Amino acid sequence: MSRHESSRPEPGQPVTRNTDAHHELSIRVRDLSLWYGQSQALKNINIDVYQKNITALIGPSGCGKSTFLRCLNRMNDLIPSVRIEGLVEMDGRDVNAAKMDEVALRRRVGMVFQKPNPFPKSIYDNVVYAPRMHDLVSRKPEQDELVEKALRDAGLWEEVKDKLHQPGTSLSGGQQQRLCIARAIAVQPDVILMDEPTSALDPISTATIEDLMDKLKQQFTIITVTHNMQQAARVADYTAFFHLGEIIEYNDTRTMFANPATKKAEDYITGRYG
Amino acid sequence: MSQSFDDISAQLRRRHRQSSRLKWISMGALGLAGLFLVLFFADMLNKGLPAFQQTYVEVELTYNEDATRMGRAAMEPEDAKIVSRSFERLIPGMLRDDPDLLGTTETRWVLANGEVDQYLKGNRNKLSEAERQAVDEKVESGQVALKFNTTFFTEGDSKMSERAGIMAAAVGTVMTMLVTLAIAFPIGVMTAVYLEEFAPDNRLTQIIEININNLAAIPSILFGLLGLAIFINFFGVPRSSPLVGGMTLALMTLPVIIIATRTALRSVPDSIRHAAFGVGCSRWQVVRDHVLPLAMPGIMTGSIIGLAQAMGETAPLIIVGMVAFIPDVGASFTQAATVLPAQVFTWAGEPEQAFVEKTAGGILVLLAILIFLNATAVVLRKKFERRW
Amino acid sequence: MQTNQLLAMFSGVLLLLGLIAFFLGRAKAARVRATGTAMYAQPDQYAWFAVLATAGPAITVGAIGALLMLLLGADIPTLYLLAGSLVIAAIGLLVGMSQVKPDFHARQAIERVIRWVLVAAAMISIFTTFGILFSIVFEALRFFQMHSFWDFITGTVWNPGASFLAAAGRGDEAGSAAQFGSVPLFAGTFMITAIAMLVAIPVGLLSAIYMAEFAPRRVRTLAKPTLEVLAGIPTVVYGFFAAITVAPIIVDVAGFFGLDASFNNAVAPGLVMGIMIIPFISSLSDDVINAVPDSMRQGSLALGMTKGETIRDVVIPAALPGIISASLLAVSRALGETMIVVMAAGMRPNLTANPLEDMTTVTVRIVAALTGDLEFESAETLSAFALGLVLFTVTLSLNLVSVLMIRRFREKYRVNNL
Repeated sequence: MSRHESSRPEPGQPVTRNTDAHHELSIRVRDLSLWYGQSQALKNINIDVYQKNITALIGPSGCGKSTFLRCLNRMNDLIPSVRIEGLVEMDGRDVNAAKMDEVALRRRVGMVFQKPNPFPKSIYDNVVYAPRMHDLVSRKPEQDELVEKALRDAGLWEEVKDKLHQPGTSLSGGQQQRLCIARAIAVQPDVILMDEPTSALDPISTATIEDLMDKLKQQFTIITVTHNMQQAARVADYTAFFHLGEIIEYNDTRTMFANPATKKAEDYITGRYG
Repeated sequence: MSQSFDDISAQLRRRHRQSSRLKWISMGALGLAGLFLVLFFADMLNKGLPAFQQTYVEVELTYNEDATRMGRAAMEPEDAKIVSRSFERLIPGMLRDDPDLLGTTETRWVLANGEVDQYLKGNRNKLSEAERQAVDEKVESGQVALKFNTTFFTEGDSKMSERAGIMAAAVGTVMTMLVTLAIAFPIGVMTAVYLEEFAPDNRLTQIIEININNLAAIPSILFGLLGLAIFINFFGVPRSSPLVGGMTLALMTLPVIIIATRTALRSVPDSIRHAAFGVGCSRWQVVRDHVLPLAMPGIMTGSIIGLAQAMGETAPLIIVGMVAFIPDVGASFTQAATVLPAQVFTWAGEPEQAFVEKTAGGILVLLAILIFLNATAVVLRKKFERRW
Repeated sequence: MQTNQLLAMFSGVLLLLGLIAFFLGRAKAARVRATGTAMYAQPDQYAWFAVLATAGPAITVGAIGALLMLLLGADIPTLYLLAGSLVIAAIGLLVGMSQVKPDFHARQAIERVIRWVLVAAAMISIFTTFGILFSIVFEALRFFQMHSFWDFITGTVWNPGASFLAAAGRGDEAGSAAQFGSVPLFAGTFMITAIAMLVAIPVGLLSAIYMAEFAPRRVRTLAKPTLEVLAGIPTVVYGFFAAITVAPIIVDVAGFFGLDASFNNAVAPGLVMGIMIIPFISSLSDDVINAVPDSMRQGSLALGMTKGETIRDVVIPAALPGIISASLLAVSRALGETMIVVMAAGMRPNLTANPLEDMTTVTVRIVAALTGDLEFESAETLSAFALGLVLFTVTLSLNLVSVLMIRRFREKYRVNNL
């Protein structure tokens, strides 16, 4: 039975294709290297990320997975000492090109952070702020509709519909994180980056967010960094294993966890280090 | 379907412009503040530097019998017009001290009067046209010249601008600051040590803390009212004295020292305290032998800054009477004295043009001292700064 | 004998007794220890305890005696008082010596005393506040016995001119009764404060935004202390600057526009005060903006906001309590500022909305009332304390609100260095 067809992949392509998944290219990364001052944090990263999938990035801490994630929407620009080489391509454009407007890029590549970071505004304004600035909505009924839709998609509507004008910080940690997800999806990005979105949450909130991710992949391409291998196994279609700034193995998630192609990945997954 | 990069970039153009506008405006604000500073110092230098030069006249002095009563008689009438009257008054005394001078003649450089000085510096003055010509001739022949103004640094106040100096005020400042430091430093450090190291976290402690923060923000003039009502009227401390001025300023400086000391104490890591407790030190021994020595540079820095602040303070001192006219350099903590900023204030109120440069000159001296003190504090902090 | 000489002798004898106490105490403790008895404390600690026992009560008694003399006018001759203190010192010495025994905790006793001394030092700041309060309230009450509080608060004419005659018992001779309506003074104060804030808040806040958000690290480390120089310049210097340099410029500029400005106009002191206050706002705002967590900025940038929008819509609203708190402190500072207005603003109480006219302020009148050769009991002198009371109340409330706001900010973002 060849649901998984194993062969020598092209650089950047998964070892095994997940036959259930879509395979339209979203982001193509070639020979990406990154330095913090003198020390190299990413080495020749190659990866094809497919649309409307969840791709998980796993690996021991300090292996560069978060750094890599932040290359995709150029959040590393905020750190002065960073130097980047290589290609990150989206929609046929080099993301790091001088001509590329990083604000426009971030508009299409949203991000959810490790710790929930709602703005010091009401729940309603947290969601509507960015779309309004982007001219996605202008009139009040449109705004209301958008807020409701984003909050429903984030699975938060039922909990907050009666207190939309309370501050976003008044919510619990898990609710805040879903608010941040609602905020991200309200601007209708193509890709959502999630940087360990559940590491600061309790198990119940974590489960809620994992369910949510599964629903969201109908509309968005999701790339998530996680410390938690079970989580990657539960939600991801593809998994990339990072180690010391390199991608050791990029594979269909099921294959990765059942039958990894590399020794290092196997050692990590079976808990020999990490 | 989501928009393409080009569409979004086109929409973003206006927003990017707004963003960079904020950057330029805010940069301009900082530049404006810097410009104020530059203009201010330029203005003070421009006005104050002439005060460090004073006009001197070379005159021939004939010590005759008349001069023992009226100094004017020793000079040519022509010269007497442009020599400072303060010098004329000295001549009888000179003759009394040294009777051998009588009947001799000498040529020496003496202070010119304020109007001549202002004329030479190109300022407004009251000289008549004829007098101006006379002065011009003497300048030509080298008998009138601008020289470094030692009088300004060695004399006390005077109603004659050419003789007014900052020495009395400087001595007054030193004495006042001694009193301030003697009171504020020990009490401030003790308060901070108590609050940081000993105090239980109870109501009283919180009240003391809030109170200290408030004291730091109370207008300085109200401290003057306290000094007047309590120190002078109630305790009978002599008015205008460095003692009462120093006590008043000490209360003002207290919060600064307390806050700086607390910060310094807090920056000593707990691991040091735990280590000392671990070898059996009592709380007081830990503080005395370990925490205080480590916090000392921070405490010194804060105290110097507090001292510099007190040194520039005028309002409360006016209220306790330290704006007296002090021609002689004083030496007592209980006699009337003045301080540098108060001297500046007094001179600023003088109507004569010549006092404008004296005022600005006094300001330059004051600023130089303050900059020196603050620079010392910065160097001290840099030198002993330690990251735990 | 002179009091000074008496005091010197007293100090000398006390010092001698202290030395005796120290060496005797140490010798005795050393002797006891030499016999092999285990003691609770070191010989030095016993020695210090003996010194404390000698000097402490004696000085306390002397101080209390002196205070009683001042407060109650009790007539204790200085000689007796000091002699009595010395006797107490001698008794203290004996008690101290008798306590040099193995089962006495000398160290704990010393530290208890030290602790109380520290507490006493900490109380000084409380006493200072009460001192200010009492001195002001007490004299202000005497003022309000002479003139009604209501007239003081609502009156629009400040004309203390004739009050010294009333104090001299010749009130009838005065052409018109003295009037103490403080409204013009407060109007002047608020006008100058408002001008100062119009300068200081925009410039200070924008400078803080530039330093915290845009400036390269090097610029920031240089700019902040440079701005703080502005706050370190003595106010008397600013006063001179305002009166001699700025006021004539204002008059010229106003003249250029065909306006008539007084040389004691309110703009010059207001402007210069604003410059002085810039660093108060910029430094604290810079700290507060820096304390806004970076995750907020990243959250906004990740949504495709520009840097300017992030600052305007996310960072500043988050930092707002701190910025308001800084501004309140600045207002309080401006209200109480004295030298600039004394030197550059007018002396004439003038109720006007035109900042080019001369007007006077609360602090100017306080100084004016207390620097003349007036009788202390006169209503004009006492009016200074009434004005001081209002100033105290207003600035105290502003400070308290400011402290509460900054505390709220601190708790919200858990920052400890503000």
